[in-house]
Amino acid sequence: MTQRTAQSRPTARPRPTDTYTALVNTELGRRIGRALGLPRPAPLRRHAPGAALADGPVLVLGETSVAEEVAQLLLRWGLDVRRHIGPEERLSGVVACFDAVSSPGDLQPTVLRLAGVQRQIAPSGRVITVLRDPEEARDPAVRAARRAVEGLTRSLGREMRAGATANGVVLQESLEAAAPGVAGVLRFLLSGRSAFVSGQFLAVDSVNGTLPEDWDRPLAGQVAVVTGAARGIGAAIARTLHRDGAQVIAVDVPPAGEALATVANEVGGTALQLDITAEDAGDRILEHAEQRHGRLDVVVHNAGITRDKLLANMDASRWSSVIAVNLEAQLHINRRLLASELFSQAPRIVSLASTSGIAGNRGQTNYAASKAGVMGMVAASAPELESRHGTINAVAPGFIETEMTAKMPMIAREVARRLNSLSQGGRPEDVAETVAFLASPAAGGTSGMTLRVCGQNLIGA
Amino acid sequence: MIIGGNRIPFARAHKAYAGASTQDMLTSALNGLVARFALQGEQLGAVAGGAVMKHPKNFNLVRESLLGTPLDPRTPAHDVQMACATGMEAIGSLADKIRLGRIDSAVGGGVDSISDAPIVVTDALRGILMEASRAKTPVQRLKALAKIRPGHLAPQAPGVDEPRTGMSMGEHMAVTAHQWGITRREQDELALASHQNLAAAWDRGFFDDLVTPFRHVAKDDNLRPDSTLERLGSLAPVFGKDLGEEATMTAANSTALTDGAATVLLGSEEFAESRDLPQLATFVDHELAATDFVDGAEGLLMAPTRAAARMLTRHGLTFDDFEYVEIHEAFASTVLAQMKAWEDEEFCREHLGLDGALGRIDRSRLNVDGSSLAAGHPFAATGGRIVASLAKRLHGKPGKLGFISVCAAGGQGITAILEGR
Repeated sequence: MTQRTAQSRPTARPRPTDTYTALVNTELGRRIGRALGLPRPAPLRRHAPGAALADGPVLVLGETSVAEEVAQLLLRWGLDVRRHIGPEERLSGVVACFDAVSSPGDLQPTVLRLAGVQRQIAPSGRVITVLRDPEEARDPAVRAARRAVEGLTRSLGREMRAGATANGVVLQESLEAAAPGVAGVLRFLLSGRSAFVSGQFLAVDSVNGTLPEDWDRPLAGQVAVVTGAARGIGAAIARTLHRDGAQVIAVDVPPAGEALATVANEVGGTALQLDITAEDAGDRILEHAEQRHGRLDVVVHNAGITRDKLLANMDASRWSSVIAVNLEAQLHINRRLLASELFSQAPRIVSLASTSGIAGNRGQTNYAASKAGVMGMVAASAPELESRHGTINAVAPGFIETEMTAKMPMIAREVARRLNSLSQGGRPEDVAETVAFLASPAAGGTSGMTLRVCGQNLIGA
Repeated sequence: MIIGGNRIPFARAHKAYAGASTQDMLTSALNGLVARFALQGEQLGAVAGGAVMKHPKNFNLVRESLLGTPLDPRTPAHDVQMACATGMEAIGSLADKIRLGRIDSAVGGGVDSISDAPIVVTDALRGILMEASRAKTPVQRLKALAKIRPGHLAPQAPGVDEPRTGMSMGEHMAVTAHQWGITRREQDELALASHQNLAAAWDRGFFDDLVTPFRHVAKDDNLRPDSTLERLGSLAPVFGKDLGEEATMTAANSTALTDGAATVLLGSEEFAESRDLPQLATFVDHELAATDFVDGAEGLLMAPTRAAARMLTRHGLTFDDFEYVEIHEAFASTVLAQMKAWEDEEFCREHLGLDGALGRIDRSRLNVDGSSLAAGHPFAATGGRIVASLAKRLHGKPGKLGFISVCAAGGQGITAILEGR
């Protein structure tokens, strides 16, 4: 007679439509797939609270001070850290430090050692290269060597198999490896949180940031606003921030209120029905956060709309509504937030961009313009956030399995899925993990950048 | 004290919510309230409410609805029944309990669905079926069932007629309106103002934190923002037709049958403060009254005139002391007749026991965000709608007062006073 409570009732999430990945991971499917040379998307290792950071040994390569510091750090995290490895052992990760290269010839020793262990990298293993920021090098040979590491890393990403990834950490010229931001980025890249991030570079530019007492609850005690939280990626972000310890203020337009209430109830947060394009949207967010929580630490601008048309068929309302919701609302709300005392203690802003904004997409001039605009906004806002030890970053999802992509024509969807190094679509949770990382205190050294969560998609690479 | 409210949009009967039960609707309204105020896992002092149109199987409607929400299942709940004043009575008595210190928090409200109304069999058929169920042998049972005749099988829709007069509420109101000389024009004007005020409130986002959508309905669907006096004036009367030319009550100046649910969160100051919840308004007082309507001496829907007289006298207040006045628009003529009665010296002396007229209500303060003619009137949900909206109106105006009048079937009514915080 009684209905189950909302807490124990699983909320409707898009059904997985990737039957190919399911099939190819059966015994028969594996054999057929291998015979035909088909792509073999592997189940990815994803983060769950309490999960080990790495199951097996992590090899640290490079004879630099950064390498030494990294090895010590990983030891403190209880990892099985090696500077050498036997030929039979499976590696959970390799951190290859190229931070001291000053000419292309300096790359070779570490590259060859990396080559020697590449086949030993376990499924969902990690390769992380560490380099100094090429843009800060004036000497052509130095910059050439640094840029070379980027090319190496991206190609390695393409060569990875079975859910393994390769990413880079770009350190600002004079930054010491002991900066909290370095630890934060390394841990994110090693963990299952970065499952769908490959071929990307995370910059650490400052000594800002603090490491959590509990790495499973990095947002403990914090208050986070998520716009567009009623469904899809926004709902996943709300759930992930909540799992990481944050109190969530779930925001969406009033007509989405029923789904929004369900999400808010699931994460024990509050539902705030609000049109983010309203003149007073920023004030209402601040007012709500102040009255109900007395603080505001994180704002995730996830709300976005598409009104696709070829430019020749574009009308004023399709153009202006997309620009207003996806871009102008964020600019407007950020201005209000940054004028407020409430949002001044190492605040975090994370905006949702899109690979469409990087690569362009037919029929999406308005959407791509808004999303590229977000990247510009994020880069230009970083200094102002820096002045309050805060950060602002964007996350650009690639092909993510959502209700929206489930409605794509089958062939187009199947092609879009396989066009990346992991040969599969990401999940809303993958985007949410990256958002949650950038929102965390440990990500304090990273600001003004756009991080792609695309499995190293070919588009816009 | 009123912390806030949540309702689902009100929808015209047999339309958008046709497949939803009263329990579905009340559960959804409660879920939205929980989400708005982060009450997940909270054990509240009490949840009370009810429905006028209720299946016997829903004897524990509010408790069953509560069990479908993230509220702590150890929160007690009970059903209330006072016709259209159900929501007001639930909220008022919960406020009393909080003031007494018996509980620190509560949710009051109500729900109604014409689309989920119980269909009842005839008394004759019921008698036969009961006899059959008492039968001890198959033969006895067959004998009993053999008495069923085709005429017994016609279902009986729940009546809204007054059991003691056999007259519908509209017919009763038509008599009262005629007695008070309420014109067609002023009723139509009141209806138009209701639609315009409600439309304006929706447009400026007034309901953003009072309403959570349900079943893809985001807005009260009875609302006709583009209505005009001419259009309203063209409708034929539906009640009091025996008055001929003098009939004034149409489908537009009477409330439409509507489905909906509304809830209000109440709490002590300590409860609100300890959870950083808003404090919109104080629920100062409420008063129940009834009229002697059966022999026609008094109007069926005029009980609030008595309640108001007692309540205002008790507090030494007049209508001039109220910033906002909410009179439930059962019919436009109900509002107008109540106001005329309060202005009428003779009526106030003879029927309300006052020395003179209770006073005139400034029309610019009346139903400023629309009322039942525009929003619709899911009977038991109306009290929750009015209390939450008025409390929000009064928020930020400390000391300013709001007045509520809700009439009900059976010749009953409730009035209440809210004070802004």
